Amino acid sequence: MNLKLHVWRQKGPKDKGRFETYDATDVLEDMSFLEMLDVVNDGLEAEGREPIAFESDCREGICGACGCMINGQPHGHKARTTTCQLHMREFSDGDEIVIEPFRAKAFPVIKDLVVDRSSFDRIIQSGGFITARSGSAPDANAIPVAKVEADRAFDAATCIGCGACVASCPNASAMLFTGAKITHLGLLPQGQPERYLRVDKMVSQMDSEDFGHCGNFGECTLACPKSISLDVIAQMNTDYITAQFKGRDI
Amino acid sequence: MSIELKSNAPTGPIDSAWSRHKFDIKVVNPANKRKYTVIVVGTGLAGASAAATLGELGYNVQNFCFQDSPRRAHSIAAQGGINAAKNYQNDGDSVYRLFYDTVKGGDFRSRESNVYRLAELSVNIIDQAAAQGVPFAREYGGLLANRSFGGSLVSRTFYARGQTGQQLLLGAYSGHAAQVAAGNITMFPRHEMLDLVTIDGHARGIITRDLISGEIKSYAADAVILATGGYGNVFYLSTNAMGSNVTAAWRAAKRGALFANPCYTQIHPTCIPVSGDHQSKLTLMSESLRNDGRVWVPKDAKDCWNNDKAAVGRHPSQIPDEDRDYYLERRYPTFGNLVPRDVASRAAKLSCDEGRGVAFNGRGVYLDFKEAIGRLGQEEVAARYGNLFEMYERITGANPYTEPMRIYPAIHYTMGGLWVDYNLQSNTPGLFVLGEANFSDHGANRLGASALMQGLADGYFVIPYTLGHYLAEVGPRKNDAESSEFKGTEETVKGRVNKLLNVKGKRSVDSFHRELGHLMWEKCGMARTKEGLEEALERIPAIRDEFWNNVSVPGDGADLNQSLEKAGRVADFLEFAELKVGDALHREESCGGHFRLEHQTEEGEAKRNDDDFAYVAAWQFNGVDKKPTLHKEPLEFDHVKPSQRSYK
Ligand SMILES: Cc1cc2nc3c(=O)[nH]c(=O)nc-3n(C[C@H](O)[C@H](O)[C@H](O)COP(=O)(O)OP(=O)(O)OC[C@H]3O[C@@H](n4cnc5c(N)ncnc54)[C@H](O)[C@@H]3O)c2cc1C
Ligand code: SF4
Ligand code: FES
Repeated sequence: MNLKLHVWRQKGPKDKGRFETYDATDVLEDMSFLEMLDVVNDGLEAEGREPIAFESDCREGICGACGCMINGQPHGHKARTTTCQLHMREFSDGDEIVIEPFRAKAFPVIKDLVVDRSSFDRIIQSGGFITARSGSAPDANAIPVAKVEADRAFDAATCIGCGACVASCPNASAMLFTGAKITHLGLLPQGQPERYLRVDKMVSQMDSEDFGHCGNFGECTLACPKSISLDVIAQMNTDYITAQFKGRDI
Repeated sequence: MSIELKSNAPTGPIDSAWSRHKFDIKVVNPANKRKYTVIVVGTGLAGASAAATLGELGYNVQNFCFQDSPRRAHSIAAQGGINAAKNYQNDGDSVYRLFYDTVKGGDFRSRESNVYRLAELSVNIIDQAAAQGVPFAREYGGLLANRSFGGSLVSRTFYARGQTGQQLLLGAYSGHAAQVAAGNITMFPRHEMLDLVTIDGHARGIITRDLISGEIKSYAADAVILATGGYGNVFYLSTNAMGSNVTAAWRAAKRGALFANPCYTQIHPTCIPVSGDHQSKLTLMSESLRNDGRVWVPKDAKDCWNNDKAAVGRHPSQIPDEDRDYYLERRYPTFGNLVPRDVASRAAKLSCDEGRGVAFNGRGVYLDFKEAIGRLGQEEVAARYGNLFEMYERITGANPYTEPMRIYPAIHYTMGGLWVDYNLQSNTPGLFVLGEANFSDHGANRLGASALMQGLADGYFVIPYTLGHYLAEVGPRKNDAESSEFKGTEETVKGRVNKLLNVKGKRSVDSFHRELGHLMWEKCGMARTKEGLEEALERIPAIRDEFWNNVSVPGDGADLNQSLEKAGRVADFLEFAELKVGDALHREESCGGHFRLEHQTEEGEAKRNDDDFAYVAAWQFNGVDKKPTLHKEPLEFDHVKPSQRSYK
């Protein structure tokens, strides 16, 4: 199939940026979306032109490096699929595809489709952990965890930190991402001692970055390639309120 | 120059060796730890666990990775699980059994002392991870669940659905995040190490390129730890992440660190086959699928669907049992579909070489769940493998519930790496190497679920002790990134970057990578011959030459330039490949993942030559276009007696 791509090109953070149009020819349906871009880039490179910058590493939907807006949707239209796992059989000959970076104030563009998501790291650093010094752990079976709880914790823990939730949100809120970590750790017995301190710190960090507030639109969970449920936001809010009374240094 | 390779492993009873060693080595006074700066390159399981632990101990850690966040290291992609000799299932597992299995699985090409320690530490890893909140699979009673993995006779594999690597890495990353917050780790994401700096023979720092600003800068430290992963991408197509590379290890090798057993590469039998020339990487389908799936090819070459569009013969679901060759069950009646990775991979290749392969270019075999669906019901099959089936369908567009999967072997893991002693220190003092980047524990073949174990054992439990010994011995020194050694190396790096930018040729970087990878796969892949390897040795320098004369690296060095990043990595692969092929050529035997067609038993299995090759081949770099020098570390087996593996 042959496609027309309208791709956001931006030399750097200070550049205004603009769309440029490229032809993607002889695209096979077995190609992934990024392989289709690879082929376009290969052509650009051979001509001495700068290829389209985009991020990817695992190309298996697990590292969270990839991600761009495809026809206005983060990671494209296919549910539960990262950009790297989107395949060209989802498109048809003659399609025009608009490709842009994730748009959010907290994710400034670095170049073309590459954005800075380091705010996510800072949120985790603010408290998204259980303090467990190496070598200090009790036997793993000393603390049983009910399977249902372990499974729910796991579901929340599958977040890949891609940022699609933020990009899809009209307010660019990072509640789904933050709530996922709070829920993962807060459901486990190991996570109890720091539970309220954690939510307090992570929410303040989130607020101090350029993210907006949750307006209960629910776009995030639809865009999320891991289907992280809105429940994590409810859990975070509940814990946050409780935290105002419990477990803080006064 | 002659280098004596001392393993520095303690002598005496193996089961108390590590405890005795920990007592015998020096300890840094807690008040002095702050005075030491330690560079850790890599944030995978090995790097993140090392950085976090050293941070906790109070060292001043500087940690580097090329991704935008430490959480994205390639370890995140590991699926199946992690081994530990917990014996929670009471099925007869023990530290000794895990040790035994690992030495045997490595086809008697690993160092017994290291492997024993690995087995011993395996139990602590699970405790550590559970304490961090890693959501391992559990039984209804709340205890941890296990499964048997990769043909092991005991159930010792811990897992978190099909995402064990992700969960373990996020666990290590969270501990790491805590240390960043505490100010003990300074994190440098989007920084690529481009050289190692040595002063008076000791590793004293690195040169990096900031991938956003392009700045090339020196970082000085008291010790350098490389945890930079494996070199599987020398084959271009592999299950490794796109960015996985040999650069850090290779630049260290060029500065004097020995590179051990580069020819040992693991090929994973169940990956999604190549679908065309555009293919950028290969996707692993978990080994667990072979527990219920049956592997076959059509008996009649006419029935092989090489490519859907040119389909001839019968659709696989229309081929009756009598016209199918379940070749693993036929050749290995005892182990059947569960033979080890290397055996399963070679058998698939053999069937395809006979012209009975399916999928693109006839490079695929069927993995069939019809019998399992009949036996267990579709629901149970979905419960066991649903997420894998979904992934398969997303990538191939085919539904494995109604037609067999198509799979083919792919490069997966590299057992070779920088040579290290028992302390995980290379022959360059002050340079330590952890995880897949070192050669130490898996011999010629790695058992499933053992890489995660090794990375975390190295990072959480070995390096905190052995690094301290080195630092206590050398004492505090002045770290001066302005010294002439640093400035000189910085200039070399800048020169190299400029050279890449100024070739201004006509071919894309990937086109060279693809060409090299194809050659490596054909000549130094699953089955190797003297002629093939010699041919590769002739062609690699020619490709390298063409690269330096005709590569196109657009843009400049002063901002994010992904072509430049790739070009630097490919340039290193083009040098390293020659060493790898040379190693394969010199090793006149077959062992584990290294299969020389000249050396096989009558049944077509790998035939080791213990008399002449029971050693680690550690190579010293002497210059591009110059022959490397071979140093041998003899391997002795006091506990596990070398035997011929048999899976009949
Ligand atoms: C698909 C797949 C599935 C697997 N499944 C399993 C499994 O089930 N069980 C198991 O035990 N093993 C498994 N493995 C193997 C295992 O995942 C790896 O061997 C292991 O994770 C390697 O960890 P590491 O810490 O050594 O390196 P990596 O995780 O590869 O990390 C390398 C780090 O080094 C950094 N780096 C590299 N070069 C540079 C440079 N020049 N400058 C700066 N930074 C650099 C990277 O940024 C990264 O942070 C699997 C592997 C693959 C590919
Ligand atoms: S919550 Fe979902 S969309 Fe948001 S970062 Fe995590 S995986 Fe991505
Ligand atoms: S590249 Fe890793 S999730 Fe897409």
